Amino acid sequence: MMPNPGRTPIAGKRVQLMATCLCDAFHDDVAAATVELLEHLGCEVAFPGGQTCCGQPAFNGGDWAASRRVVRHTVRTFSGDDPVVVPSGSCAAMLFHGAALEFEREPDLDDVESLGRRTWELGDFIVNGLGVKSWPGRFESAVALHRSCHTRGTASSDAVALLLGSIAGLRLVPFGEAEQCCGFGGTFSVGFPHISAAMGDLKLGHVRAAKPDVLVSGDTSCLMHLSGLAAREGFPVRTMHFAQVLRDALKRQP
Amino acid sequence: MRTQPIDQAAAALPAETRAAVYGGSKVQHEKGRKLLFDHYGDPNRLRKLAGEIKRHVVENLDTLLPAVEARLMANGATVHWAATAEAACEAVHSILKARGATKLVKSKTMVSEEIGLADYLEKRGIEALETDLGEFIVQLDHDQPSHIIAPIRHKNRRQIAELFERNGLGAYDDEPAVITKRARQFLRHKYLGADAGLTGANFVVAESGRIVVVTNEGNSRFCLAATRCHIALVGIEKILPRDRDLALFLNLLARSATAQQLSVYNEFILGPRAPGQPDGPEETHVVLVDNGRTEVLASECRDILRCIRCGACLNVCPVYRQAGGHAYRSVYPGPVGAVLSPLLLGKRFPEKADLPKASSLCGACNEVCPVNIPIPDLLLRLRDRAHVEGVPSPGTPPMGMWALLATRPAAWRAALAGGRILNLLPTRLIPIPALRAWQLKRDLPPWRGGKFRKWLKMRRKQQGRGQSRPQ
Repeated sequence: MMPNPGRTPIAGKRVQLMATCLCDAFHDDVAAATVELLEHLGCEVAFPGGQTCCGQPAFNGGDWAASRRVVRHTVRTFSGDDPVVVPSGSCAAMLFHGAALEFEREPDLDDVESLGRRTWELGDFIVNGLGVKSWPGRFESAVALHRSCHTRGTASSDAVALLLGSIAGLRLVPFGEAEQCCGFGGTFSVGFPHISAAMGDLKLGHVRAAKPDVLVSGDTSCLMHLSGLAAREGFPVRTMHFAQVLRDALKRQP
Repeated sequence: MRTQPIDQAAAALPAETRAAVYGGSKVQHEKGRKLLFDHYGDPNRLRKLAGEIKRHVVENLDTLLPAVEARLMANGATVHWAATAEAACEAVHSILKARGATKLVKSKTMVSEEIGLADYLEKRGIEALETDLGEFIVQLDHDQPSHIIAPIRHKNRRQIAELFERNGLGAYDDEPAVITKRARQFLRHKYLGADAGLTGANFVVAESGRIVVVTNEGNSRFCLAATRCHIALVGIEKILPRDRDLALFLNLLARSATAQQLSVYNEFILGPRAPGQPDGPEETHVVLVDNGRTEVLASECRDILRCIRCGACLNVCPVYRQAGGHAYRSVYPGPVGAVLSPLLLGKRFPEKADLPKASSLCGACNEVCPVNIPIPDLLLRLRDRAHVEGVPSPGTPPMGMWALLATRPAAWRAALAGGRILNLLPTRLIPIPALRAWQLKRDLPPWRGGKFRKWLKMRRKQQGRGQSRPQ
């Protein structure tokens, strides 16, 4: 939604992984893939065990007081100067944009902003933080890339497209109205189930028309919504986080 | 778990209405975007510049408004200040009464909808006729506009042809050219018999007192040419500092609102006819309407006052496309309306506190806004305000338990492990309403809480490293 302004430059190769609550609860393989590819890139990955959630659900739902409690916990958990890498565009945007909004009148705004400056969405970190512009290995698939809304206007969408497009055997297939939201929207998905599902169906229609082997995104939340919707309707789609695609490509290195 | 009112309205919307709203909005959005990017190398820079100019206006209303008043008066116009909707209606009524006017022709103005002017005047025996084609159709049908630029986005030509037939405007014919011609013939006679013409204003320029009215049908020009009294109804935020700002704003407005390079009629009005001038009204009245705007100015959502009412955020909004404008129960629907409508209610904010929830926060509205209003941020601020004021919100999951767990790592890890029970429970027995609501439309993936942490622990063991051991 908003580019991360005034970002702290990358000094070393030590990073802190924020796995996200959705990976912690449902999509463990996305977090595992993130660890594997960061280590492949030579990063020393720390996983602060006290981590829970970035605070976004309550921020999005309007309970900013509850959200601030969780953000404060997150700020304490990810102390130090090392970059924080997140395999989610929306959690990253929460930390570099949303949290600053809900802390604008709080005495510890500086601490929150300082965490925001060293928070990176995974694709953005690989391409623009580490300077990796192409990806080795092989992934024989037609891929539809869903650019999640929280990467709108950030460097993440182009970064992920660049990496995926560079993988041997991988073919990115365009689909209609790619810039439209999938309909997830956090608390929106449960408060507005009809509209949310109608938006998801539009997205699925465009994606299916492009006949990809797999639907890929940088946000597991969008994928959870779309795959859950498709499965319920009896026409499942295969979904992967781009971290899983990058990791799987490495396994097929010549 | 109950769902939100706008979701219920969307679910109940007839398929043909949804098709009209969805199709019309999509086409309008795509044409407008194409035009902007065809004509300008970097339209985003223009949007941001326009946004900064309007921000300047909003933050300097205290000095700009007196400047506008002085210029308008120097140009011979009479200025009326209206703090409330009622005061604005009264001001218009008293102007008409003083002239003995009983027939008013109106061009399209959202402020008049906002203050309920037509009803107010009709109750006092004054005919207030809408002359914009869409608004004319809305008035004829005793309906409400569903879009701030395209009032009848929710109607199709068949419905309009039937409406015209019912109202004696000719036998059923749904050819748009025929519909337009019939409305035109009816309205021509009305202009000639009218006593006064009322317009809105897209902009009022502080340095010159120039009133700028933009239309595509020429109806505002007929309203002015056929009558001797011009009343302009203007929200106090409609100011631009300088005449030269119009170049930027008219270009952005036409492309964002109607996908045109320039609107067909751009009128620049400097007040009543001066001695020696061949033409022009005898009287020009400008009614400056507050109606809650200064309260918005005092709030943290003042950026919404930059809005130039182009409707681009409605057209691009996936929620508006599904729900249509009436679902918002407001004169201003869509993303801008979800911010503005509850704010304009002042203390009655809770009545429309659900509107800011009607967004997936996708950010498309901000991306197309010609004055770069950070609409998603404002929606979020209002969600917080609704929570702070304790407004009940069906469909919004309570966050207390989640925050409790998310600030206590040991409890969080226990919940991750314990969540596996979800894999065994049928949906209706799941104790978390949000997860039940999720499953109204979608399958839930299997719960795999804690598995990543276990995996990482094993990996670290295998790697034989001690550092950064997960707990």
